[in-house]
Amino acid sequence: MHDAYIFDAVRTPRGKGKNGSLHETTSLSLATQVLEALRDRNNLDTSKVDDAILGCVAPIGEQGSDIARIAVMNAGYDQKVAGVQIDRFCASGLEACNMAAAKVMTGEAEMAIGGGVEAMSRVPMGSNGGAWPVDPTSAINTRFVPQGVSADIIATKHGFSRDDCDAYAVESQKRAAKSWEEGRFSKSIIPVKDQMGGILLDHDEHMRPSADMQALAGLNPSFQMMGEMGFDAVALTRYPEIEKMNHVHHAGNSSGIVDGAAGVLIGNKEMGERLGLKPRARIKGFCSVGSEPTIMLTGPVDVTEKLLGKMKMDIKDIDLIELNEAFAAVVLRMMQHFDIPHDKMNVNGGAIAMGHPLGATGAMILGTMVDELERSDKETALVTLCIGAGMGTATLIERV
Amino acid sequence: MNLTQFSFEVGDNGVALAKFDAPERSMNTLTKAANEDIAAIVKEVIENEAIKGLVFTSGKKSGFCAGADLGEMTGLLALAQKAETPAEKEEVFNLAFGINKLFREMETCGKPVAIAINGLAMGGGLELALACHYRIVADDQPKLRLALPEGKIGLLPGGGGTQRLPRLMGIQAAAPYLLQGKGMKAQEAVAMGVCHATAPTAELVEKATEWVLANPNAKAPWDQDKFRVPGGVPNQHPGATQVLMMGNAMIVKETHGNYPAQKNILSCVYEGLQLPLDLGLKVESRYFAKTVATPEAQGMVRTLFQSLQDLSKGASRPEGVPKYEINKVGVVGAGLMGAGIAYVQAAAGIPTVLVDVSQESADRGKDYSKRIVDKAVKRGKMTQEKADALLGLITPTTDYDQLNGSDLIIEAVFENPELKAEITKKCEAQIADTAVMGSNTSTLPITGLAEASDRPDNFIGIHFFSPVEKMGLVEIIMGEKTSQETLAKAMDYVLKIRKTPIAVNDFRGFYTSRCFSTYTHEGITMLSEGIAPAIIENLGRQSGMPMGPLEVSDSVGLDTGLKIGRQMAAAEGVDYEADPLGALTAWIVEEKGRVGRKAGQGYYDYNEKGKPSEIWKGLSERIEVKTTEVSLEEREELIKRLLIRQGIEVARCFEEGVITDARDGDVGSILAWGFAPYTGGTVSYIDLKWGVAAFVAEADRLADAYGERFRPGAMLREMAEKGETFYQRFPPAGH
Repeated sequence: MHDAYIFDAVRTPRGKGKNGSLHETTSLSLATQVLEALRDRNNLDTSKVDDAILGCVAPIGEQGSDIARIAVMNAGYDQKVAGVQIDRFCASGLEACNMAAAKVMTGEAEMAIGGGVEAMSRVPMGSNGGAWPVDPTSAINTRFVPQGVSADIIATKHGFSRDDCDAYAVESQKRAAKSWEEGRFSKSIIPVKDQMGGILLDHDEHMRPSADMQALAGLNPSFQMMGEMGFDAVALTRYPEIEKMNHVHHAGNSSGIVDGAAGVLIGNKEMGERLGLKPRARIKGFCSVGSEPTIMLTGPVDVTEKLLGKMKMDIKDIDLIELNEAFAAVVLRMMQHFDIPHDKMNVNGGAIAMGHPLGATGAMILGTMVDELERSDKETALVTLCIGAGMGTATLIERV
Repeated sequence: MNLTQFSFEVGDNGVALAKFDAPERSMNTLTKAANEDIAAIVKEVIENEAIKGLVFTSGKKSGFCAGADLGEMTGLLALAQKAETPAEKEEVFNLAFGINKLFREMETCGKPVAIAINGLAMGGGLELALACHYRIVADDQPKLRLALPEGKIGLLPGGGGTQRLPRLMGIQAAAPYLLQGKGMKAQEAVAMGVCHATAPTAELVEKATEWVLANPNAKAPWDQDKFRVPGGVPNQHPGATQVLMMGNAMIVKETHGNYPAQKNILSCVYEGLQLPLDLGLKVESRYFAKTVATPEAQGMVRTLFQSLQDLSKGASRPEGVPKYEINKVGVVGAGLMGAGIAYVQAAAGIPTVLVDVSQESADRGKDYSKRIVDKAVKRGKMTQEKADALLGLITPTTDYDQLNGSDLIIEAVFENPELKAEITKKCEAQIADTAVMGSNTSTLPITGLAEASDRPDNFIGIHFFSPVEKMGLVEIIMGEKTSQETLAKAMDYVLKIRKTPIAVNDFRGFYTSRCFSTYTHEGITMLSEGIAPAIIENLGRQSGMPMGPLEVSDSVGLDTGLKIGRQMAAAEGVDYEADPLGALTAWIVEEKGRVGRKAGQGYYDYNEKGKPSEIWKGLSERIEVKTTEVSLEEREELIKRLLIRQGIEVARCFEEGVITDARDGDVGSILAWGFAPYTGGTVSYIDLKWGVAAFVAEADRLADAYGERFRPGAMLREMAEKGETFYQRFPPAGH
């Protein structure tokens, strides 16, 4: 077995919706620019890259038909570089990195790219369909509810009020704004260019640093109507301890819908040396797990337990934790369960402020952790995400 | 052609007319014979070149067809229940698919087929109509309804209904008709694209014939190019996908996922509409075969269709007693129950004398009826004339002499034996030796009350449920001396007020109150074990009961419960408060002054509209919650406890002779206390969901784990040993 190292990580800034700066950029262009950046920043001999694995959650339309291979070709990589698109819902980007690492560890690949792309303004979330909510045999028997209702189950069951969730969101905005101010993301950000090479976007544009409790208090809960139409009743068949659902999530304390792409260059030590690359972090371990599907978004707790068990580590051994801010209650639950101090958790803000381009986020926050370990001179970081249909994926890295 | 259910003639214009007219029946049903006739008709229409097209109609004023034949459906259910091998299951499928193939053959026969619908078209009758190319429906029959009611009795429309109706209407519009069996009127059917035109009854056949002649190349919409389902198809059109997604959730909201038929109907729609019709029909037939084999379908058809109809027609009435003419009935006690009884009597046209201690109270009792009819008039459901006539039948008074000549008197005063005894004497002084004296007690033994009577053989319990005008059941209680003749008379009365009678023998709590009370008892036992109240309430509802154990206790009244509980405990010589239910009830009523919904505070707090707002937080003073969440296995266990506990009590009632007819047990349990209707009732729950032997084993396990209240009695063990069912041991009276 080989060790898998991270040599570089890049990401695009995240564009905000149909009125945002990236709406006019194709998904393929986002993925291509990420691959180009990885090559150009590292003077990479692309013939030494065995595979490029890209997460994408709505692989349909312009994101369909294995966008990874198309992007590899489009970026002018050597034709021997294979490409595969994968989908583990919200953790796709991290799973892509884990798969790249696994290929490196087994020796199947010596150098590989993990990453992801999602232009949510162009290929809307859910546009690729899926059986779970629709086919009565799965929806009813496995108790499907929409993710927002799941997040509200977490809040109700574990006692997070609307104020708790809003306060968390305000803090995410503050941290994101401060991180941008201090240039904490500058190592990884690659500005997105237009057809003529002009810069379209060089910063995350979803952020609302001015958001305060008062502003958030004005927002209506997003999932109450759906809940009352039937999904609350579904939730109660699995969580009968809930007397009445408390619908606390809304656009301001949930992740933003954005466009973006990311890539992480992963390889073994020898190939890194041959290519003149300096390892920045070692991938210590990773895993995925299935969790209870109705509450759906508590997988980070389960997968962290699993990974800590595998690694024979304690949560206290970890310096920094990055958990995708799909919904405020997801992060609050993780902190509650493991008693994690907020100053270890999502230190640079997260998807509530900056957005969650589904297929790419996992790779983005992995890169964020590599940068932050270096910046804050810490050793170990855990990256994890909650996942549709009840799953968790986690990756543990350490500085080298 | 040799037809038995249809007449068939070909007119000079070449249009064949097939008239459905089942001999010796008031209503056509799709019997095997009828299906054979249809097959012969279709064959003739295809083969006879002189025939240009076909028009179906009915020879009955009642309408076209009421659907599948009950007797034959029962046969199919029995076949499905026994089917275990692939070949046996295939046989059930083939029976179901046979009708789909026949209708499809007709639909694609190459000649136009129209139907003239002159009245009711239900179930298979409507499905036949949907397979015709043209449907014209009478506009002058106010009672005409088109409906697929199969879902209401645990079945799914298996003659193409799940495929053709949504293809005509769109999935969203079709959903309530498929899932809830909602009926549509003629104009609605045309507006929604289910039928093509309306016409007066007299012109239906003529217009249908004209259409056939004008459309020699008729094809069903789905057999034409460019056919598109209104609103689209799931997985192809986002709107239709969304409808399915919400439909799945709404089913759970309405049924907690307890009814296989509703899930399977949605699956037919989801899977079938993505396919060409021929394959969609095959999918439907498979789901039909799968559905009829479920204990839910078996139980619901038997109880909610067959037994309910039978009992409502007096099937368990003793034979040989001439019909009792009821021309005047007295009701003593004009409280909630007495007032309700007076209303249902007047609504059935029976002159009613309503007696109470003061004229004011008696008048208030009559006002109950006035409020009901005023509302009906306001909503246009009743004319003022009819309302006045109804109210005119009720005479409120304090004068017992007014009761003179009543054929029946029902006493409905407080549960106080001395008071009841006094009233019995005063009433009997007014009525003939042959008249019936009834008591609407829900708890006091009839034999004891009958001691005050000079004619105990004429004395009987007539137990109504609240609210009287809405609850369909009446529990008739036989005292030791009550005669069969009196039972027959009481049943005649119940049938006359259009309710369903069950007959039980005289034991404390009779059948319904006694068995129902085990539900609340088990719920409150769980509470005392430290299970979170929300879990108990949610699982009560999710088990299929209409309310959680705490909410229903509040509705009955905690003070009422306390009083009855103490009475019963005293009668049995036990300490009421040694039981967790007794201790908790005494505490909440006497120390906390919370008596239930009527006071706005009980186990729940209530809002100003009288709806429960939340479970009373003060319960924590007395209850230490230890179980704050449950696994799916624990959830199943708690639901089992709630239902099996009731089943055990029902079995005891049979063993003790409280109840003697399995149908009474099932129908009574659903109508009186809303026992999980998907089971087909308490008896079917044991017979079908479990089987007696498995039920006994499970109850023994529960008894070991939770207490002797679950322990099966000797009769259950004997039945388990013999492999006997309740319906075998306690068959319908007269069978």
